Amino acid sequence: MITLKDLPVEEYYLPGNAACSGCASALSTRIALKILGPKTIVVIPACCASVIQGYYPKSPSKVPIMNTAFAATAATASGIVAGLEVKGRKGITVMGWAGDGGTADIGIQALSGAAERNEDFIYICYDNEAYMNTGTQSSSATPRGAKTTTAVMGKGERKKDVPEIMIAHDLPYVATACAAYPLDFAEKVSKAMKLKGLKYIHLLSPCPPGWRFPTEKMVEVGKAAVMTGAWILYEWEGGKYTLTGPSKGLIDKAKRRPLKEYLAMQGRFSKIPEAEVEALQRDVDSKWEAMKKKLGA
Amino acid sequence: MNKAKTGRAKVALSKPSEGASGLTGLWRLRRPVIDPAKCTKCHLCWLYCPEGAIARGADGAVWMIYEYCKGCGICSEVCPSKSISLVKEG
Repeated sequence: MITLKDLPVEEYYLPGNAACSGCASALSTRIALKILGPKTIVVIPACCASVIQGYYPKSPSKVPIMNTAFAATAATASGIVAGLEVKGRKGITVMGWAGDGGTADIGIQALSGAAERNEDFIYICYDNEAYMNTGTQSSSATPRGAKTTTAVMGKGERKKDVPEIMIAHDLPYVATACAAYPLDFAEKVSKAMKLKGLKYIHLLSPCPPGWRFPTEKMVEVGKAAVMTGAWILYEWEGGKYTLTGPSKGLIDKAKRRPLKEYLAMQGRFSKIPEAEVEALQRDVDSKWEAMKKKLGA
Repeated sequence: MNKAKTGRAKVALSKPSEGASGLTGLWRLRRPVIDPAKCTKCHLCWLYCPEGAIARGADGAVWMIYEYCKGCGICSEVCPSKSISLVKEG
Protein backbone atom coordinates (compact mmCIF):
# COMPACT_ATOMS: atom_id res chain seq x y z
CA MET A 1 0.00 0.00 0.00
CA ILE A 2 1.44 3.34 -1.06
CA THR A 3 0.91 6.25 1.32
CA LEU A 4 1.67 9.92 0.93
CA LYS A 5 4.94 9.43 2.84
CA ASP A 6 6.20 6.91 0.23
CA LEU A 7 6.12 9.49 -2.56
CA PRO A 8 9.51 11.18 -3.07
CA VAL A 9 9.68 14.92 -2.43
CA GLU A 10 11.69 15.40 -5.62
CA GLU A 11 9.67 16.60 -8.61
CA TYR A 12 10.34 15.01 -12.00
CA TYR A 13 7.78 17.21 -13.72
CA LEU A 14 8.67 20.80 -12.91
CA PRO A 15 6.34 23.74 -12.21
CA GLY A 16 5.85 26.45 -14.80
CA ASN A 17 4.67 24.11 -17.55
CA ALA A 18 1.94 24.96 -20.06
CA ALA A 19 -0.85 22.86 -18.51
CA CYS A 20 -4.18 24.60 -17.90
CA SER A 21 -4.96 25.66 -14.37
CA GLY A 22 -6.33 22.64 -12.46
CA CYS A 23 -5.16 20.07 -15.05
CA ALA A 24 -5.64 16.47 -13.92
CA SER A 25 -3.23 15.16 -16.55
CA ALA A 26 -0.38 17.34 -15.23
CA LEU A 27 -1.14 16.11 -11.70
CA SER A 28 -1.11 12.47 -12.80
CA THR A 29 2.13 12.87 -14.78
CA ARG A 30 3.71 14.27 -11.63
CA ILE A 31 2.48 11.33 -9.54
CA ALA A 32 3.39 8.66 -12.13
CA LEU A 33 6.94 10.00 -12.54
CA LYS A 34 7.39 10.11 -8.75
CA ILE A 35 6.71 6.36 -8.73
CA LEU A 36 8.66 5.47 -11.89
CA GLY A 37 11.67 7.60 -10.95
CA PRO A 38 14.45 9.07 -13.08
CA LYS A 39 15.17 5.86 -15.03
CA THR A 40 12.14 6.28 -17.27
CA ILE A 41 11.57 7.12 -20.92
CA VAL A 42 8.19 8.63 -21.75
CA VAL A 43 6.55 8.44 -25.17
CA ILE A 44 3.92 11.08 -25.90
CA PRO A 45 1.87 11.44 -29.10
CA ALA A 46 -0.01 14.54 -30.19
CA CYS A 47 -2.23 15.33 -27.20
CA CYS A 48 -2.54 17.75 -24.29
CA ALA A 49 0.61 16.26 -22.75
CA SER A 50 2.68 17.31 -25.76
CA VAL A 51 1.39 20.88 -25.39
CA ILE A 52 2.09 20.87 -21.64
CA GLN A 53 5.83 20.47 -22.32
CA GLY A 54 6.05 24.08 -23.47
CA TYR A 55 8.56 25.17 -26.08
CA TYR A 56 12.26 24.78 -26.92
CA PRO A 57 14.84 25.15 -25.31
CA LYS A 58 13.18 24.30 -21.99
CA SER A 59 11.20 21.26 -20.91
CA PRO A 60 9.38 20.68 -17.60
CA SER A 61 10.36 17.00 -17.58
CA LYS A 62 13.48 15.67 -15.85
CA VAL A 63 13.10 12.36 -17.71
CA PRO A 64 13.54 12.03 -21.48
CA ILE A 65 10.37 12.42 -23.52
CA MET A 66 9.99 11.20 -27.07
CA ASN A 67 7.28 13.07 -28.93
CA THR A 68 5.80 10.99 -31.69
CA ALA A 69 3.01 10.93 -34.27
CA PHE A 70 -0.60 10.65 -33.15
CA ALA A 71 -1.05 6.99 -34.13
CA ALA A 72 2.37 5.77 -33.06
CA THR A 73 2.62 5.81 -29.23
CA ALA A 74 2.68 2.03 -28.77
CA ALA A 75 4.80 1.47 -31.91
CA THR A 76 7.40 4.03 -30.75
CA ALA A 77 7.46 2.57 -27.25
CA SER A 78 7.96 -0.92 -28.75
CA GLY A 79 10.91 0.44 -30.74
CA ILE A 80 12.48 2.02 -27.68
CA VAL A 81 12.09 -1.22 -25.71
CA ALA A 82 13.75 -3.16 -28.57
CA GLY A 83 16.55 -0.57 -28.78
CA LEU A 84 17.25 -0.78 -25.04
CA GLU A 85 17.34 -4.57 -25.27
CA VAL A 86 19.83 -4.55 -28.15
CA LYS A 87 22.05 -2.09 -26.28
CA GLY A 88 21.84 -4.24 -23.15
CA ARG A 89 20.43 -1.41 -21.05
CA LYS A 90 18.49 -2.79 -18.11
CA GLY A 91 16.29 -1.28 -15.42
CA ILE A 92 14.76 1.42 -17.63
CA THR A 93 10.98 1.73 -17.67
CA VAL A 94 9.28 2.83 -20.87
CA MET A 95 5.93 4.53 -20.47
CA GLY A 96 3.47 5.52 -23.19
CA TRP A 97 1.35 8.46 -22.08
CA ALA A 98 -1.48 9.18 -24.51
CA GLY A 99 -4.85 10.86 -24.45
CA ASP A 100 -8.17 9.19 -25.16
CA GLY A 101 -8.13 10.30 -28.80
CA GLY A 102 -4.63 8.89 -29.27
CA THR A 103 -5.73 5.64 -27.62
CA ALA A 104 -9.37 4.89 -28.38
CA ASP A 105 -9.49 6.43 -31.88
CA ILE A 106 -6.19 7.06 -33.61
CA GLY A 107 -3.65 4.94 -31.75
CA ILE A 108 -5.67 1.78 -31.21
CA GLN A 109 -4.13 -0.27 -34.02
CA ALA A 110 -0.56 0.36 -32.83
CA LEU A 111 -1.66 -0.38 -29.26
CA SER A 112 -3.43 -3.58 -30.32
CA GLY A 113 -0.33 -4.67 -32.23
CA ALA A 114 1.94 -4.00 -29.25
CA ALA A 115 -0.54 -5.86 -27.01
CA GLU A 116 -0.45 -8.86 -29.33
CA ARG A 117 3.35 -8.92 -29.17
CA ASN A 118 3.15 -8.24 -25.41
CA GLU A 119 5.90 -5.60 -25.55
CA ASP A 120 7.46 -4.68 -22.22
CA PHE A 121 6.18 -1.18 -21.40
CA ILE A 122 3.48 0.64 -19.45
CA TYR A 123 0.75 2.31 -21.48
CA ILE A 124 -1.28 4.93 -19.65
CA CYS A 125 -4.28 6.51 -21.34
CA TYR A 126 -5.32 9.69 -19.55
CA ASP A 127 -8.92 9.98 -20.55
CA ASN A 128 -10.33 13.50 -20.53
CA GLU A 129 -13.17 12.28 -22.74
CA ALA A 130 -12.59 14.48 -25.82
CA TYR A 131 -9.87 16.07 -27.97
CA MET A 132 -9.18 18.81 -25.43
CA ASN A 133 -6.12 20.68 -26.71
CA THR A 134 -7.70 21.31 -30.11
CA GLY A 135 -10.93 22.62 -28.59
CA THR A 136 -13.10 19.82 -27.16
CA GLN A 137 -14.05 17.76 -30.22
CA SER A 138 -15.79 14.44 -29.53
CA SER A 139 -13.72 11.28 -29.37
CA SER A 140 -14.98 7.72 -29.09
CA ALA A 141 -14.30 8.00 -25.34
CA THR A 142 -16.70 10.93 -24.93
CA PRO A 143 -19.68 9.76 -22.88
CA ARG A 144 -23.21 9.81 -24.23
CA GLY A 145 -25.03 13.09 -23.65
CA ALA A 146 -21.90 15.25 -23.24
CA LYS A 147 -21.78 18.42 -25.32
CA THR A 148 -18.65 19.00 -27.35
CA THR A 149 -17.88 21.43 -30.17
CA THR A 150 -18.63 18.67 -32.70
CA ALA A 151 -21.74 17.43 -30.85
CA VAL A 152 -23.42 20.64 -29.76
CA MET A 153 -26.66 18.87 -28.80
CA GLY A 154 -24.79 16.20 -26.86
CA LYS A 155 -23.10 13.07 -28.18
CA GLY A 156 -25.49 10.27 -29.17
CA GLU A 157 -23.16 7.29 -28.93
CA ARG A 158 -21.89 5.46 -25.87
CA LYS A 159 -18.34 5.70 -24.52
CA LYS A 160 -15.99 3.08 -25.92
CA ASP A 161 -14.81 0.69 -23.19
CA VAL A 162 -11.08 0.61 -23.94
CA PRO A 163 -9.97 -1.24 -20.76
CA GLU A 164 -12.26 -4.14 -21.77
CA ILE A 165 -10.71 -4.14 -25.26
CA MET A 166 -7.28 -4.38 -23.64
CA ILE A 167 -8.47 -7.17 -21.32
CA ALA A 168 -9.55 -9.09 -24.44
CA HIS A 169 -5.87 -8.97 -25.52
CA ASP A 170 -5.04 -10.99 -22.40
CA LEU A 171 -2.39 -8.61 -21.06
CA PRO A 172 -0.46 -9.20 -17.81
CA TYR A 173 -2.14 -6.21 -16.13
CA VAL A 174 -5.04 -3.87 -16.92
CA ALA A 175 -6.40 -1.29 -14.50
CA THR A 176 -8.60 1.78 -14.37
CA ALA A 177 -7.79 4.78 -12.18
CA CYS A 178 -9.03 8.29 -11.52
CA ALA A 179 -6.89 11.41 -11.13
CA ALA A 180 -8.89 12.38 -8.02
CA TYR A 181 -7.38 9.34 -6.23
CA PRO A 182 -3.64 9.86 -6.81
CA LEU A 183 -2.53 7.27 -4.26
CA ASP A 184 -4.72 4.57 -5.83
CA PHE A 185 -3.21 5.51 -9.21
CA ALA A 186 0.32 5.47 -7.74
CA GLU A 187 -0.32 1.99 -6.36
CA LYS A 188 -1.37 0.74 -9.81
CA VAL A 189 1.65 2.34 -11.54
CA SER A 190 4.03 0.77 -9.03
CA LYS A 191 2.35 -2.63 -9.53
CA ALA A 192 2.61 -2.26 -13.33
CA MET A 193 6.27 -1.27 -13.05
CA LYS A 194 7.18 -4.61 -11.45
CA LEU A 195 5.47 -6.76 -14.10
CA LYS A 196 6.85 -7.81 -17.48
CA GLY A 197 4.89 -7.32 -20.69
CA LEU A 198 2.39 -4.65 -21.69
CA LYS A 199 0.60 -3.07 -18.76
CA TYR A 200 -2.39 -0.86 -19.51
CA ILE A 201 -3.85 1.75 -17.13
CA HIS A 202 -6.89 3.80 -18.11
CA LEU A 203 -6.96 7.00 -16.07
CA LEU A 204 -10.04 9.20 -15.91
CA SER A 205 -8.75 12.76 -16.01
CA PRO A 206 -11.35 15.48 -15.29
CA CYS A 207 -10.73 18.53 -17.50
CA PRO A 208 -11.96 21.90 -16.14
CA PRO A 209 -12.16 23.79 -19.48
CA GLY A 210 -13.48 20.85 -21.50
CA TRP A 211 -16.02 19.50 -19.00
CA ARG A 212 -16.86 23.07 -18.02
CA PHE A 213 -16.51 23.25 -14.26
CA PRO A 214 -14.47 25.60 -12.01
CA THR A 215 -10.77 24.64 -11.74
CA GLU A 216 -10.88 24.09 -7.94
CA LYS A 217 -13.60 21.41 -8.36
CA MET A 218 -11.35 18.99 -10.28
CA VAL A 219 -10.89 16.59 -7.37
CA GLU A 220 -14.55 16.83 -6.36
CA VAL A 221 -15.75 16.01 -9.91
CA GLY A 222 -13.32 13.08 -10.16
CA LYS A 223 -14.51 11.73 -6.82
CA ALA A 224 -18.15 12.16 -7.90
CA ALA A 225 -17.45 10.12 -11.06
CA VAL A 226 -16.33 7.23 -8.84
CA MET A 227 -18.92 7.63 -6.06
CA THR A 228 -21.87 7.75 -8.49
CA GLY A 229 -20.53 4.62 -10.18
CA ALA A 230 -20.04 6.30 -13.56
CA TRP A 231 -16.37 5.30 -13.37
CA ILE A 232 -15.42 1.96 -11.81
CA LEU A 233 -11.96 1.54 -10.28
CA TYR A 234 -10.72 -1.99 -10.86
CA GLU A 235 -7.71 -4.12 -11.64
CA TRP A 236 -7.57 -7.11 -13.93
CA GLU A 237 -4.78 -9.59 -13.45
CA GLY A 238 -4.59 -13.21 -14.58
CA GLY A 239 -8.24 -13.35 -15.63
CA LYS A 240 -9.45 -12.00 -12.29
CA TYR A 241 -11.19 -8.68 -11.64
CA THR A 242 -10.66 -6.85 -8.34
CA LEU A 243 -12.37 -3.61 -7.35
CA THR A 244 -10.06 -1.06 -5.73
CA GLY A 245 -10.41 2.08 -3.63
CA PRO A 246 -13.91 3.45 -2.99
CA SER A 247 -15.43 1.31 -5.79
CA LYS A 248 -15.10 -1.70 -3.45
CA GLY A 249 -18.06 -0.51 -1.42
CA LEU A 250 -20.31 0.42 -4.34
CA ILE A 251 -21.53 -2.97 -5.63
CA ASP A 252 -24.83 -2.41 -3.85
CA LYS A 253 -26.86 0.15 -5.83
CA ALA A 254 -28.10 1.85 -2.66
CA LYS A 255 -24.52 2.82 -1.76
CA ARG A 256 -23.97 4.68 -5.03
CA ARG A 257 -24.89 8.35 -5.27
CA PRO A 258 -27.39 9.21 -8.05
CA LEU A 259 -25.69 9.94 -11.37
CA LYS A 260 -27.58 13.25 -11.56
CA GLU A 261 -25.20 14.74 -8.96
CA TYR A 262 -22.18 14.02 -11.15
CA LEU A 263 -23.85 15.41 -14.29
CA ALA A 264 -25.05 18.58 -12.54
CA MET A 265 -21.44 19.53 -11.66
CA GLN A 266 -20.43 19.84 -15.30
CA GLY A 267 -21.39 22.39 -17.94
CA ARG A 268 -21.06 19.81 -20.71
CA PHE A 269 -24.19 18.09 -19.37
CA SER A 270 -26.16 21.32 -18.89
CA LYS A 271 -29.81 21.28 -19.98
CA ILE A 272 -29.67 17.53 -20.51
CA PRO A 273 -33.26 16.15 -20.79
CA GLU A 274 -34.59 14.17 -17.83
CA ALA A 275 -35.22 11.09 -20.01
CA GLU A 276 -31.57 11.14 -21.10
CA VAL A 277 -30.41 11.30 -17.45
CA GLU A 278 -32.52 8.23 -16.69
CA ALA A 279 -31.08 6.41 -19.70
CA LEU A 280 -27.54 7.25 -18.54
CA GLN A 281 -28.38 6.04 -15.01
CA ARG A 282 -29.63 2.76 -16.51
CA ASP A 283 -26.34 2.47 -18.44
CA VAL A 284 -24.38 2.87 -15.18
CA ASP A 285 -26.55 0.27 -13.40
CA SER A 286 -26.21 -2.28 -16.20
CA LYS A 287 -22.44 -1.69 -16.24
CA TRP A 288 -22.36 -2.55 -12.53
CA GLU A 289 -24.55 -5.62 -13.09
CA ALA A 290 -22.06 -6.81 -15.71
CA MET A 291 -19.21 -6.04 -13.30
CA LYS A 292 -20.95 -8.07 -10.57
CA LYS A 293 -21.01 -11.09 -12.91
CA LYS A 294 -17.34 -10.61 -13.79
CA LEU A 295 -16.45 -10.47 -10.10
CA GLY A 296 -18.46 -13.64 -9.53
CA ALA A 297 -20.28 -11.95 -6.65
CA MET B 1 21.20 20.88 -37.93
CA ASN B 2 24.75 22.06 -37.20
CA LYS B 3 27.63 19.66 -37.42
CA ALA B 4 29.67 19.78 -34.22
CA LYS B 5 33.45 19.22 -34.29
CA THR B 6 33.04 15.56 -33.42
CA GLY B 7 31.15 15.02 -36.64
CA ARG B 8 27.97 14.16 -34.78
CA ALA B 9 24.82 16.03 -35.64
CA LYS B 10 23.56 18.44 -32.98
CA VAL B 11 19.98 17.73 -32.08
CA ALA B 12 17.64 20.37 -30.71
CA LEU B 13 17.04 18.86 -27.26
CA SER B 14 15.10 20.72 -24.61
CA LYS B 15 16.72 20.84 -21.16
CA PRO B 16 14.70 20.35 -17.97
CA SER B 17 13.95 23.66 -16.32
CA GLU B 18 11.35 25.28 -14.14
CA GLY B 19 9.16 27.75 -15.98
CA ALA B 20 9.29 26.01 -19.38
CA SER B 21 6.33 28.19 -20.32
CA GLY B 22 7.43 31.31 -18.50
CA LEU B 23 6.22 32.64 -15.17
CA THR B 24 2.87 30.87 -15.14
CA GLY B 25 2.03 32.59 -11.85
CA LEU B 26 1.01 35.56 -14.00
CA TRP B 27 -2.07 33.55 -15.13
CA ARG B 28 -3.38 33.54 -11.57
CA LEU B 29 -6.62 35.30 -10.69
CA ARG B 30 -6.78 34.10 -7.07
CA ARG B 31 -3.83 33.65 -4.74
CA PRO B 32 -3.87 30.72 -2.26
CA VAL B 33 -2.64 31.85 1.17
CA ILE B 34 -1.71 29.34 3.89
CA ASP B 35 -2.44 30.10 7.53
CA PRO B 36 0.52 28.36 9.25
CA ALA B 37 -1.29 28.39 12.60
CA LYS B 38 -4.10 26.19 11.23
CA CYS B 39 -1.93 23.96 8.98
CA THR B 40 -1.63 20.38 10.30
CA LYS B 41 1.19 19.51 7.84
CA CYS B 42 -0.83 16.66 6.31
CA HIS B 43 0.62 17.48 2.85
CA LEU B 44 -2.62 16.80 0.95
CA CYS B 45 -2.22 20.15 -0.83
CA TRP B 46 1.28 19.09 -1.90
CA LEU B 47 -0.10 15.76 -3.17
CA TYR B 48 -2.95 17.30 -5.17
CA CYS B 49 -1.19 20.37 -6.63
CA PRO B 50 -1.27 19.72 -10.41
CA GLU B 51 1.62 22.10 -10.92
CA GLY B 52 3.97 20.87 -8.20
CA ALA B 53 4.01 24.50 -7.08
CA ILE B 54 3.77 23.69 -3.37
CA ALA B 55 7.13 23.16 -1.66
CA ARG B 56 7.79 21.09 1.46
CA GLY B 57 10.38 22.00 4.07
CA ALA B 58 12.36 19.54 6.18
CA ASP B 59 10.16 20.38 9.19
CA GLY B 60 7.02 19.52 7.20
CA ALA B 61 5.97 23.12 6.59
CA VAL B 62 4.51 23.87 3.15
CA TRP B 63 4.62 27.05 1.10
CA MET B 64 3.48 28.16 -2.34
CA ILE B 65 5.82 28.85 -5.21
CA TYR B 66 3.98 31.96 -6.39
CA GLU B 67 6.11 32.34 -9.54
CA TYR B 68 4.39 29.26 -10.99
CA CYS B 69 1.14 28.74 -9.01
CA LYS B 70 -1.69 29.12 -11.54
CA GLY B 71 -4.28 29.69 -8.83
CA CYS B 72 -6.55 26.73 -9.61
CA GLY B 73 -7.61 26.55 -5.94
CA ILE B 74 -7.48 22.74 -5.63
CA CYS B 75 -5.22 23.07 -2.54
CA SER B 76 -7.85 25.10 -0.69
CA GLU B 77 -10.57 22.53 -1.63
CA VAL B 78 -8.63 19.46 -0.46
CA CYS B 79 -7.28 21.05 2.75
CA PRO B 80 -8.98 19.20 5.65
CA SER B 81 -8.23 21.95 8.18
CA LYS B 82 -9.40 24.76 5.86
CA SER B 83 -6.11 26.59 6.35
CA ILE B 84 -5.73 27.72 2.71
CA SER B 85 -7.84 30.67 1.61
CA LEU B 86 -8.11 32.14 -1.88
CA VAL B 87 -7.46 35.87 -2.10
CA LYS B 88 -8.33 37.84 -5.22
CA GLU B 89 -5.22 39.06 -7.07
CA GLY B 90 -4.54 42.70 -7.92
